[in-house]
Amino acid sequence: MKVHPPKLPLRFFRWYCNPRLQDYIEGDLMEVYERRLKTSGKRLADFRFAVDVLLLCRPGIVKPTEGYKTLNTYGMYKSYFKIGWRNLLRNKGYSAINIGGLALGMSIAMLIGLWVWDEFNYNTCHKNYDRLAQVMQNQTVDGKVMTGYAIPRPLENAMRTTYGNDFEYLAMATWPADHILSVGEHSISQSGNFVQVDFPEMISLEMISGARTGLKDPASIMLSASTAIALFGTTDALNKSLRIGNQHDVKVTGVYQDIPLNSTFTNLKFLSSWELIAASEDWIRYAENKWDFNSFQLIAQLAPEADMNWISEKINQVRAIHSKDDYFKPEIFLHPMRDWHLRSHWENGVKTGGQIEMVLMFGIIGIFVLLLACINFMNLTTARAEKRAKEVGIRMAVGSARSQLVNQFLSETFLTVLFAFVFALGIVVAVMPWFNQLASKQIAIEWTNPLFWVISSAFVIITSFAAGFYPAFMLSSFKPVNVLKGVFKTDGQTSFPRKVLVVVQFTVSITLVIGTLVIYNQIQYSKNRPIGYDRDGLISFFVKSPDFIGKYEALRQTLKNTGAVVEVGTSTTPLTQIWNNSGGFNWPGKDPTLQSADFGIIEVNHEFGKTLNWQILEGRDFSHDFPSDSLAIILNEAAVRFMNIENPVGMEITNGKTKYHVIGIVKDMIMESPYLPVRHNLYFLDGHYRYVNWINMKLNPDKSAAESLATIESVFKEFAPALPFDYKFADAEYARKFSNEELIGRLAYVFAGLATVISCLGLIGLASFVAEQHTKEIAVRKILGASLLQIWSMLSRSFVVLILLSSIAAVPLAYYLMSQWLANYQYHTEISWLTVCLSVVGSLLITIATVSYQTIKAAMVNPVRSLRSE
Amino acid sequence: MKNYQLGEFEEIVLLTVGILNNEAYSVAIKDEIESRLKRTVSMGALHTALIRLEDKGYLKSFSGESTEDRAGRPRRYFEITALGKKAMLYAKETREQLWKAIPKAVLEVSLQKLAVSSHQ
Repeated sequence: MKVHPPKLPLRFFRWYCNPRLQDYIEGDLMEVYERRLKTSGKRLADFRFAVDVLLLCRPGIVKPTEGYKTLNTYGMYKSYFKIGWRNLLRNKGYSAINIGGLALGMSIAMLIGLWVWDEFNYNTCHKNYDRLAQVMQNQTVDGKVMTGYAIPRPLENAMRTTYGNDFEYLAMATWPADHILSVGEHSISQSGNFVQVDFPEMISLEMISGARTGLKDPASIMLSASTAIALFGTTDALNKSLRIGNQHDVKVTGVYQDIPLNSTFTNLKFLSSWELIAASEDWIRYAENKWDFNSFQLIAQLAPEADMNWISEKINQVRAIHSKDDYFKPEIFLHPMRDWHLRSHWENGVKTGGQIEMVLMFGIIGIFVLLLACINFMNLTTARAEKRAKEVGIRMAVGSARSQLVNQFLSETFLTVLFAFVFALGIVVAVMPWFNQLASKQIAIEWTNPLFWVISSAFVIITSFAAGFYPAFMLSSFKPVNVLKGVFKTDGQTSFPRKVLVVVQFTVSITLVIGTLVIYNQIQYSKNRPIGYDRDGLISFFVKSPDFIGKYEALRQTLKNTGAVVEVGTSTTPLTQIWNNSGGFNWPGKDPTLQSADFGIIEVNHEFGKTLNWQILEGRDFSHDFPSDSLAIILNEAAVRFMNIENPVGMEITNGKTKYHVIGIVKDMIMESPYLPVRHNLYFLDGHYRYVNWINMKLNPDKSAAESLATIESVFKEFAPALPFDYKFADAEYARKFSNEELIGRLAYVFAGLATVISCLGLIGLASFVAEQHTKEIAVRKILGASLLQIWSMLSRSFVVLILLSSIAAVPLAYYLMSQWLANYQYHTEISWLTVCLSVVGSLLITIATVSYQTIKAAMVNPVRSLRSE
Repeated sequence: MKNYQLGEFEEIVLLTVGILNNEAYSVAIKDEIESRLKRTVSMGALHTALIRLEDKGYLKSFSGESTEDRAGRPRRYFEITALGKKAMLYAKETREQLWKAIPKAVLEVSLQKLAVSSHQ
């Protein structure tokens, strides 16, 4: 009788054992069991069988959890990557071009991506981002809707009483401006604002010390950390005293972290109390119940759950109800914080965009530059397809499905893109400081943010697909029989898509180049616009304290006596802005349809004109010889055009009961945007220095500026010892008006340059490939007597044709796009044919230079060498 | 030089496979070790060691005939590879080197001690 080992341990063993080993080990168990059965009897043999089975249950013998057949495709992908890696190593030159081009393209796309991200995250550092809004108003003036940030003071009360439930907080504020902060003799000039008590809570100010409610007492101030350090040398400034504008004594009730650069409030270096300034400034007190005095801002935080659009509709008529002068048709609305930075342009009362257009434009450029890099990859890979054709043929012959080949080439692309991404990250990190300076940003890569890595992975995968899709499908479409027979040829139908791609590439590059040149032209053109006065050596000092009241004439005389200054003129507005607008003027022959007739108002002293060297076209300048000049007006040319009058000199203009007379016409001076037509301005005489905000000085051209400035500073110190002498050069202030355009110009310059470099990299690769393919042909031609020039032109011709085709596509495209851009500027240049020709010829020359290196090299090879190899 | 990894039990198994020459299969190896070294060897430990040695490339295996006493299951015979031989030699040489490096005095003292203790 056959004796069997115990069933349970045996079944257990069969269950856990790796099937590969099961037979052998089970054999061993049986053999030992048989032996023991004979020597020690069944019971002991059974027991020891069970013990053996238990002891066998250990790693190595137990079957792997995923089953003994490896069902994953790990090995396959490993082989894809291995072969991809070997391919990269074998063709080092092409790999370098591929990876380099992709890395450049990717780094640009990443930089632009980071920039766009930063733009979209503007103001998000404020916790109540979604609920904050600026209360704004639309007013209809002469049939046109004007949108403004300034609101009248009584609006606050009306909002609080009528719509108090819809808002969590409301805060009145003046406008951020430079003010003098002084501790004893030490004073600095710092920008800040006067706000109501809830403001710090609304913008979720990050306090270092003190509470957000610090402005409860009007005689208080909250300082940013940097201001506290500038004043006291430490952030530990709580309860210390200081003076604002040599006028208000206040106590520090809080110190906060400086507000980040990508916030609208970044320049608020201190906050003081609205109540303090409202009680002490006559004009603010005067405005208390004036519904037509738009001079303040009102920031609102919605109640939780409240809907921004709905509330905005709801408060629409709040001013119109209270205000009698409804011919302005004032409409109040909310401008949500999320739109502050990106969508702050209005046209006729309708929000039309703003910065968002520039963000989108650069986003599109980024995508295009990346596309250029992908096209490079496609072209080089498909051009070199012949080299891989045998491999594809064999893979197909041994049974690869097409989808597997597609996978293989895609994973090779993925490998290349991954390398390129690592390089691109390096490039981005390296140029980040420079880029931040260029774009005036503080962008940093958030290495620890998982979102960054998620987006980066998506970026790599998408780029791999974009670059690898076409080559993968093209390579896998080969017919194995043809390939293995050797009848396969890459020329002909396969090179056509490649040519199309090159044309696309250069169309983009040339468009970018033309665009850059047009932007550059526009900047130059508007910089050269005649400004109507002489800004050389012209400096301005903003009066921030009452120290000079009653001393202006003495100050002027002292300054002139030093010889450092030719003339001193005062004004209510700076030379590069117009702060005051006013209507209500009447004149004979006024068009009755003009309702308000708003003019820019500038009050100046007698010497203002001489200081600026403005040009009187008709009549005369203000003069001390005519006491009646206190009611005199000087018009600018734009005002004459606006009023539609002839012979204005001597004419009377009335405002209410006051009668003014025109004494002269001055040539238009550009005080605002250099891209807009000059506004119609009225210059009034402020002979008694009642409204002085700015002291403008013309430096003596015969002395060095540094010397003159030192002299002027000492004079200012004599008159106001506590005041820091900070002045602004008129030309520098004027130049700042171009900063946005110059930023666009610089970025466009960099991107267009790099796009061209990437496209040329692709050309180098293609040219060397073409030269390689034609090695034998060149050799035969040379033997038959072709000259170097003939061979060079034969090889270069096809590329030149492609570039010409690109130009034909790019010129109208660029012309259309740039005309659209220029239409944003009322004062703009035209796109000249010279610019276009320059771009096209430049691109051609660069192409020929790029291609020539390869073609000449190929043409110079000794034909014996090329032919011997067969 | 290449680092040969060889545990104590693995070395014994390897040597035993060498002793058995051509006849080395699991039960035979187990019997051989048990009889020569007077220690019990569990089937589990032996199989794990054999698998590991095979993974390391010191042993290779082939299926043998199936026999009646194994309920028709085949034997799996083992044989030392060239790499396995190198590993064995390496282990031996390193041991010898270490032995040689021990100062004579150390060994003598311990021998004397041994002699003394055996006298008692």
